[in-house]
Amino acid sequence: MQMPATQPSSEIAYNGPMKILVIEDDREAADYLQKAFAEAGHTAHVAGDGETGFALADAGDYDVMVIDRMMPRRDGLSVIAGLRSRGNTTPVLILSALGEVDDRVTGLRAGGDDYLTKPYAFSELLARVEVLNRRASAKEAETVYRVGDLELDRLSHSVRRAAREITLQPREFRLLEYLMRHAGQVVTRTMLLENVWDYHFDPQTNVIDVHVSRLRGKIEKGFDKPILHTVRGAGYMLKGG
Amino acid sequence: MALSVPAIMKTTAARLSALYFLLFALCAVLLVFYMTSLSASMLTGQTQDTINDEIIGLARAYKKGGLPLLVRVVENRSRQPGANLYLIADTNGQILTGNVQALEPGVIDTEGWTTEPFSYKRFGEGELDRLRSGASDPTPSPSDDAAQTEGEKGHNAIALVLRLPNQMILLVGRDLGEPERFRAVIRRALMLALGMMGLGGLLIWFFVGRAALKRIDSVSEASRRIMGGDLSGRLPVTGAGDEFDRLSENLNSMLARIATLNEGLKQVSDNIAHDLKTPLTRLRNRAEATLAGKHKPADYRQALEGTITESDQLIKTFNAILMISRLEAGYSSEHTNRVDLAAAVRDVVELYEPVAEEAGVSLEAEVNGAFLVDGNRELIGQALSNIVDNAIKYSTDSTSKPAVRVMLERTHGEIRLCVADNGQGIPDDADRARATERFVRLEKSRSQPGSGLGLSLAKAVMTFHYGRLDLLPGNPGLSVVMSFPAREDH
Repeated sequence: MQMPATQPSSEIAYNGPMKILVIEDDREAADYLQKAFAEAGHTAHVAGDGETGFALADAGDYDVMVIDRMMPRRDGLSVIAGLRSRGNTTPVLILSALGEVDDRVTGLRAGGDDYLTKPYAFSELLARVEVLNRRASAKEAETVYRVGDLELDRLSHSVRRAAREITLQPREFRLLEYLMRHAGQVVTRTMLLENVWDYHFDPQTNVIDVHVSRLRGKIEKGFDKPILHTVRGAGYMLKGG
Repeated sequence: MALSVPAIMKTTAARLSALYFLLFALCAVLLVFYMTSLSASMLTGQTQDTINDEIIGLARAYKKGGLPLLVRVVENRSRQPGANLYLIADTNGQILTGNVQALEPGVIDTEGWTTEPFSYKRFGEGELDRLRSGASDPTPSPSDDAAQTEGEKGHNAIALVLRLPNQMILLVGRDLGEPERFRAVIRRALMLALGMMGLGGLLIWFFVGRAALKRIDSVSEASRRIMGGDLSGRLPVTGAGDEFDRLSENLNSMLARIATLNEGLKQVSDNIAHDLKTPLTRLRNRAEATLAGKHKPADYRQALEGTITESDQLIKTFNAILMISRLEAGYSSEHTNRVDLAAAVRDVVELYEPVAEEAGVSLEAEVNGAFLVDGNRELIGQALSNIVDNAIKYSTDSTSKPAVRVMLERTHGEIRLCVADNGQGIPDDADRARATERFVRLEKSRSQPGSGLGLSLAKAVMTFHYGRLDLLPGNPGLSVVMSFPAREDH
């Protein structure tokens, strides 16, 4: 596993440093997360139990919260529900050892924004946290996405690069749409499988890579500059020159 | 069953017996009290009526013949046996005639009904006793003594006291011996009844309560045995079909369910322990070997990267085992709903199409219309993608152009989802049967990457959907068939 932060290449662009709250009762895991987030350029505060975490979250102004599901004194879901009922809308990523479909649904229903099953790769966690960052430009409302000379019109379902029309299959369109919405951010294979295909399992073969390379062929062939980058050990990132 | 008294009182049977005993005793006491008071007032009324009748008779005599006739009548009546008392006294209270020898002082001082029963001594009693004892036996017998004592003590009576016009006193009364005897009889009956009830309570407890207690004891003993670890044990059922039997039968079916779940759980943990120890040992050995020798930093980096890759694989395996075990143990999900298999097929085929193309395999779906089943889209997708993944891998050794076809058809209340490849297939029947077992990797598949859990997971998913997974020989190749029970309403 490689932490993207240790590769300060131009491939990776951050949406600026984030203030992250980690509520996790496993001291070692929490310390590791704090250190790893710091290396990635973010500031992380750690709370060792649900009660403390709730107090910190309620008082502080965080960009993203990472909350363990099972904790002493107050479990993660109750913390999230409590925060949501107090009008706190800070994005939350739930960390859990419970990975069944039902568990995920319960977690998201309690007010979580994303769900990651333990054990996880830090690169996966980091990518998801950065996508959740509430200060990241919200592109939900935009109808036209632009990255470099690439342009995607969500209404007419058309894609252009440097004024040249590119024909995409429906799924390829959704794949590109997701990548463009999170342009400049690392998007992992799991995130793509979850958000573009709505599947939460690990396929035996890396089917996503093939889909991405096919898409890459369509949007890069005949153009000088690469735009869809592979981030080693993490995933992909769409980034204009 | 040696129980101390507090222990006995802890049993429901004893407590119920005691409670019933108390309730019945209370009822009996109230009833008897009511009866005695009722009959006592009735008897008193009767006594007063008798006295009134006597007075009327005497008054008539007095009217007719004055005092002399009254005295005569009184003397005459006094000599007759009976419970009636007569007395005529002068103005000073000196007894002139009648059958009363002595009475409580003050009784004749006030006119009217005596308010309280008073004691008196009948005339002639003492002499009679003394005469009788003196004639027969010079030494008085104890019974005579008792009689004498009773005589001296006197009897109780109620009376009406009147003053004659010449200020002499007339008393007409009646002995209360009879009502008192009646009261005594009732009191004895009450004591007897209470005694009988106590005895009855004890007997009920002994026979009914203890029988119930014994049944309960045998049930608790059986449950203790089961709690002790003998999960195959069952509670006794006598066949009487009573509530105890019904209770035991229900508890027994609960025990059977628990035993099944427990068995499933045990299997899960056994499987996990077995399936993960080998790769964990490998992982550990690799780390140990890296530490043992002298290496360049790049080698350590490579070893660590290898460790992470292997850990990831281990996690995948672990997740797969856990999922298979849970599905097999009857993992229930509230998230089953209507799933269109046609859509699931299109999704998975679309997902794998680029991979197939890259491998030079043609992947085609023959799907028309909707095929609805009750299920879980995620699980079906995972099972199907495992099967399609396998089919693509194993069709590459086809003698003709490699092809995988996914078909959906409806037959006899079933929906069959068939994934057929045209590879070498699995010619051997036994091998084909074995292929869905966990970690079974047939000889020729060893060269292919994979955990050996793909088909087992698919099979578990089919079990979860009340369906089947069959491996059929294709012509050529292998057909993997997922059979779902069709929805009733379709």
